[in-house]
Amino acid sequence: MPIGDLAPELAVLLTAVAVLLLAMVLPQRRHGWCAGLAVLGLGLSMALALGQAGAERLTFSGTYALDPATTWARLAIPGLAILCAGLAPRWLATDRRHGEFYAMLLFSTLGALAMAGAADLMQLVMGVLLSSVTGYVLAAYHRDWEISLEAGMKYFLVGALANAFLVIGVVFVMGIAGSTDYATLSGGIPEDPLALIGLTLVLTGLFFKLGAVPVHTWVPDVAEGAPVPAAAFLTVVPKLAGAVALYRLVHLAPGLAALPLLIALVAAATMTVGNLTAIWQDDLRRLIGWSSVSQTGYALMAVAVVGVAPMALPALLGFMTVYGLANVVAFAVVAELRGRTRIADYRGLLRARPGAVVALTLAFLSLVGIPPLAGFLGKFALFSATLGTGFGWLAVVAVANTVVSLFYYLRVIAPAVFAAPEGPVETLGGSARAVLWISVAILVGATVLWAPFWASLGQGLLP
Amino acid sequence: MLTLAVLIPLLAAAVLALAPVGAGAARWTATGAPALSLLALIAVWAGGGEGFRAVAEAPWIPTLGIAWRVGVDGMSLALALMSALIFVAASAWPMEVHHPRSYYAWMAFLAGVSIGLFVTLDLIVFYVFFDLSLVGMYFLIGRWGHGEAQHAALKFFIYTLAGSLLILIGIIVLALNMPQMTFDMRAIIDSPPLAAAGMVPGLIFLAFVVGFGIKTPVFPVHTWLPPAHVNAPGPASAILAGVLLKMGTYGLIRMPMQMMPETFARWALPLAVVGVISILWGSIVAFAQDNLKRRIAYTSVNHMGYTVLGIAVAGSALGSEAARQMALTGAVVEMIAHGLITGALFLVAGAVWQRAGDYHLPNFGGLAGPAPRLTGAATLAAFASLGLPGLAGFVAELHIFLGTFAVYPWLGAIGLLGILITAALFLRMIRQMFFGDMPKERAGFTDLTGTETALLAGLLALVVLIGIWPAWLLELIDAAALIPVLGPGG
Repeated sequence: MPIGDLAPELAVLLTAVAVLLLAMVLPQRRHGWCAGLAVLGLGLSMALALGQAGAERLTFSGTYALDPATTWARLAIPGLAILCAGLAPRWLATDRRHGEFYAMLLFSTLGALAMAGAADLMQLVMGVLLSSVTGYVLAAYHRDWEISLEAGMKYFLVGALANAFLVIGVVFVMGIAGSTDYATLSGGIPEDPLALIGLTLVLTGLFFKLGAVPVHTWVPDVAEGAPVPAAAFLTVVPKLAGAVALYRLVHLAPGLAALPLLIALVAAATMTVGNLTAIWQDDLRRLIGWSSVSQTGYALMAVAVVGVAPMALPALLGFMTVYGLANVVAFAVVAELRGRTRIADYRGLLRARPGAVVALTLAFLSLVGIPPLAGFLGKFALFSATLGTGFGWLAVVAVANTVVSLFYYLRVIAPAVFAAPEGPVETLGGSARAVLWISVAILVGATVLWAPFWASLGQGLLP
Repeated sequence: MLTLAVLIPLLAAAVLALAPVGAGAARWTATGAPALSLLALIAVWAGGGEGFRAVAEAPWIPTLGIAWRVGVDGMSLALALMSALIFVAASAWPMEVHHPRSYYAWMAFLAGVSIGLFVTLDLIVFYVFFDLSLVGMYFLIGRWGHGEAQHAALKFFIYTLAGSLLILIGIIVLALNMPQMTFDMRAIIDSPPLAAAGMVPGLIFLAFVVGFGIKTPVFPVHTWLPPAHVNAPGPASAILAGVLLKMGTYGLIRMPMQMMPETFARWALPLAVVGVISILWGSIVAFAQDNLKRRIAYTSVNHMGYTVLGIAVAGSALGSEAARQMALTGAVVEMIAHGLITGALFLVAGAVWQRAGDYHLPNFGGLAGPAPRLTGAATLAAFASLGLPGLAGFVAELHIFLGTFAVYPWLGAIGLLGILITAALFLRMIRQMFFGDMPKERAGFTDLTGTETALLAGLLALVVLIGIWPAWLLELIDAAALIPVLGPGG
């Protein structure tokens, strides 16, 4: 077996083990070092992935796809994980199990990587489960805070249900089509109601990872209750991986007309539910959670036109990546402001903390899709992919939703910018502040980097 | 050259945002930057040429056919020149503002964005500037406005973002229907991609008309305009009316008319009707307003109605070619004239607010005594706005109505009513404010300062010049080159 093909994943795995060991020997106040080690390991994984860029083949008996989509996932997932890990050292400084947090984060990253590259349903199940199980722990990491525990519990309950569906669905598909291997399944899934049921069940498992309707309920709770670094991670990394996995899966069954329609309906419902609920939030983290649900809805537009629109895959990956960046920036602002989360507490913040407010404004405007921020390019790509197809109406729904979303983003920004300052503002500083500015820089730079990204991705997807 | 005209104000905005400069320096930076842009644009004008000139390109996303493309024809050059001028006047306008550095940074930012919108030849870059103008104006109104400023700013932003997203959809569909995906305006104008028949072109046309109609604004999507104007600071109102509204009508000419001429011709009559309704609605509602700024704001709806009527006539493919050219010339001159005139009127309104803190017309009277210069400027601007011969508004409206009578005579006749009502409302406004008895609370009302007088005189001198000797402007606009050539039966 070409073990080197999985070098990026192995780097993450071995780093996770090393972090776990290091956390056992280090005194608690030095656990911040584990963050450094985790970042190094993730960086190494990205470097190894770059070394394998350009490969287009299946590996490990056809269970793992090495293609441009995997390459992009191998760069974006650890990259975003690095930013999230950087938020944690001061945030968790007083936690007795501070060091283990990074091990958990790395295992979850590994699950996401496995999910994104999976070219076999069993492999997919393994990736989804690894990512989910570690996710529950990350969400409930503030063990003596009820809201965090509740978030973890909700995440777990919804996840257990969705993952059960996933496994049952895999069994159905395997029973009908006789294989779990994507190369065999590709185009070979019969037009059979059972196969459709099976695929729908598998999709439900992935919808859970993406936070799409109807298995989206965990997102706002995790955004509110999980430690901010974990919230940033869980609303970004598993979603990106889930999006790639979903794309691969839908790509297998071009003949099933019901599938794109189902996804289009889920997309429309997800963006609408997310946006309409976000309007009523008084808590910034919950608001970001609901907005992240709606962003999933936009992303699903690209999945609905798989195989019809040539630019669906780059649109999906590009959109998810810039969404992830903007979301990390938003959570980094919350972390930098020591978890300040009531929208009312943001009144007049521009005077006291101009940097944080500017960063939050940039993140939100990117999420709305105001040009020339990268979020616009993402949405533009999604619209371009959808408008040429029979799903043009999805773009219209997305437009209506975007207008609604501007309203609630401005509900945070307007008082922060226009009102008079109130009270003192504490900040976290340290690596959280560094991450804030690094991610803002990447988000702004993404506008320029979009062209090479787009050119490099093409339509490459295996099988 | 054109790139410079866009970049200088944007750089000035960046400097103002970051460097700690005083209020005076900030004001002069924000004035100087559009002044330099104005010089660059004048240089382009002096260079002469036919069609799109001063063209420059730099790649951005080549695989999608998106690039930084600039270049101007007569219409966009005239609009860019006018915008730069309005920005110079609005930034130089003496104002006591809190946080002057941010205020002037946003002004310079808006200047760069507005000039960029008129000089770009790439639809995506156009869209970028279109949206950025919303962001800039949102913060200007929200932060430096008075009264219900935040509510007005929110309404403005949400309304116009809805419009701009519809435009984005239209733009993407146009580009997707090109043989090879491109956002180059010249390519799309040269070979309009969508045929007339079918539902898709109709829907895309509708998207464009609604999108640009919101920005213009036309009835019934104008409701964001009055609150935005009333609560904005005077110079921001001048920019909003003078420059930002023109983006709507400019887009209407560039995109639906030039890029989908056959569809436009099919739907020209309904569009003309919308224009006429806006003319009447704007003037009648303006007549009923007791608030100075609200009244001027509604006359904007009225004047942009003339412009839309002229554009609809020009794209109708009916009547003689000369008549259509006449109407389009009128529409573009109206944009320039309305920019200068309403810009001046809103600056006057700003001066009144600075002195009285009030816009309620019945609270004024007899200002001609203490403030003769203000009275003179306001009267001249009002006369120009109501279309007095010898002033710019007359040239515009004459052309529009001459063209309209050749194509849609009945609509022309109804539209003329609008001019009557506008005349009445401006005359009443002048009488209420400047003549009669002065209320006690207006005692101590001071006249315009030297700077204010000079700025208004500059704008109004152009209004008179265009009114007396419009030939240079008509030659610059060159409407004949703008009207698309339709195939037989189109």
